[in-house]
Amino acid sequence: MEHRSLAFSVFLYTSGLLLAVLILAPFAWLFIMSISSTTDLISKPLHWWPAQADWSRYRLLTDLTPNTHGAALMSALKNSILVAAIATVAALAVSVPTGWALSRAPAVNWSLGVVIGTYMLPPVALAVPLYMGLAGLGLLNTKFGLAVVYLTILAPFTAWLLKSGFDPIPKDIELAAAIDGARLDQTLRILILPLAAPVIGTAALFAYLLAWDEFFYALLFTSDHRAKTVTVAIADLAGGRIADYGLIATAGVIAALPPVLFGLVMQRTLISGLTTGSVKG
Amino acid sequence: MNTNLTTLRAWLLMLPLLLIMLAVIGWPFVDTLRLSFTDARLVGTGGDFVGLENYRRLFSSDAFWRAFRVTTAFAVISVLIEMVLGVLVALLLFQDFRGRNVLRALLILPWALPTVVNALLWRLIYNPEYGALNALLVQVGLLDSYRSWLGDPNSALAALIVADAWKNFPLVALISLAALHAVPQAIRAAAIVDGANAFARFRYVILPYLAGPLMVAMVLRTIEAFKVFDIIWVMTRGGPANSTRTLSILVYQEAFSFQRAGSGASLALIITLAVTVLAVAYVILIRRAAGEKF
Repeated sequence: MEHRSLAFSVFLYTSGLLLAVLILAPFAWLFIMSISSTTDLISKPLHWWPAQADWSRYRLLTDLTPNTHGAALMSALKNSILVAAIATVAALAVSVPTGWALSRAPAVNWSLGVVIGTYMLPPVALAVPLYMGLAGLGLLNTKFGLAVVYLTILAPFTAWLLKSGFDPIPKDIELAAAIDGARLDQTLRILILPLAAPVIGTAALFAYLLAWDEFFYALLFTSDHRAKTVTVAIADLAGGRIADYGLIATAGVIAALPPVLFGLVMQRTLISGLTTGSVKG
Repeated sequence: MNTNLTTLRAWLLMLPLLLIMLAVIGWPFVDTLRLSFTDARLVGTGGDFVGLENYRRLFSSDAFWRAFRVTTAFAVISVLIEMVLGVLVALLLFQDFRGRNVLRALLILPWALPTVVNALLWRLIYNPEYGALNALLVQVGLLDSYRSWLGDPNSALAALIVADAWKNFPLVALISLAALHAVPQAIRAAAIVDGANAFARFRYVILPYLAGPLMVAMVLRTIEAFKVFDIIWVMTRGGPANSTRTLSILVYQEAFSFQRAGSGASLALIITLAVTVLAVAYVILIRRAAGEKF
């Protein structure tokens, strides 16, 4: 192995430290803002560390009294959780059989291109008819309507992810099952689903995060506490006339917490999911 | 006995997904196409057929060409920064040193942060009166007085690009890192034994393995950047003086703020066309990358 010079080691550790600061500093600042007093935040020169940690904004934003910022944010969180859950379950229900068919029947493989192609369609190209359609069906500003629209994003994505996940599962197992007289649905249910459970879990995780992150459709198709998601609530706060920046930061922390914690806990799964498609082709 | 699923059964298994996609993607897309030839309003009348009038007006409008330039600048510059930074970070984290596993774990954080929260976070950092960037630059003496980073047409787009690049370079770094691990150890060792210097090793040993995945990442990121809406909407709404108004923002304003569904639809289709060109390039690159390997 190569001998490493002292200068190179110093360079490595300095760069590593810089990278850590680059990634963590914005996160740290968001959190510090959320617990700093307004006086600290508007002082010049700026106080980088609060004189005293102030957690009152977290209490304020989790307060459920009607017509407060807290009530608005909490109902948005609830809507996000539900919309993402409905959309994820629906997307998996249709994309598990599709992914398996794509993986096992070469004759239909060309349709994978169509599926991926739709994933690349810009949402603006579907937004106007979807808006008119939802309005016609009375589904504007409903969680169900938004979840159906999210299928446009989630279903093609999960179908593609599942197809590449099903590919490495040997076909011999299915052949053996067929010889033993198993029906197609039995093969799928008893043999394939348990083997594919990790892949399906990964797909569900990605789908959920995608839905949680979505903003454009949510902005267009929801208008109040009945369906507004957390991304829209955050945008409202950021663009509104709130004088306390700490409150905006606190809302940001609350909205970011679920996906960021998910990300940290599931990072192995996420990283392998993110990189397999591009590296293995 | 045939191990492959019969084609008919495969289509049946795919039927639910295909029907749903037909309803929520196929039909809206065809309807957008139809609307683009009408002067329909968002609410109310269906509108009359106007032929290519919407397209003619678009191509002769300054707003369209300006938005096109802004979108292209945003996509090209932010993706370029993400690529360069991503590869450099991957090369760093490929080295063996203490703490690199922690750094690798940190990379997932900006990726997992919701785009809208990222936008809000940077909006606070750029704040003209109390923002951390102003405070930092003034306190270390790089800046004389506080500036309105997002309020100045000369700096708003650059400020947005920094915010976008910060969130997205980790993805490129993760993809590059995975590609680096795919380089066979024996080849790297052989190059060292043969006396190749660090640059030659990167150029002739590492880069061939990196090129394919990087191309894929680049095209995917470019497509995403070309469709950009959320980060811009939350940070600047396309302002100031339309200096950050991308094509997607323009569609939103046209179709939803001004309720001109027909002309908004024609603009949306032009974005689709541009993204399709990028997507076709993507498919060709994937085929080529696959062809090289097998």
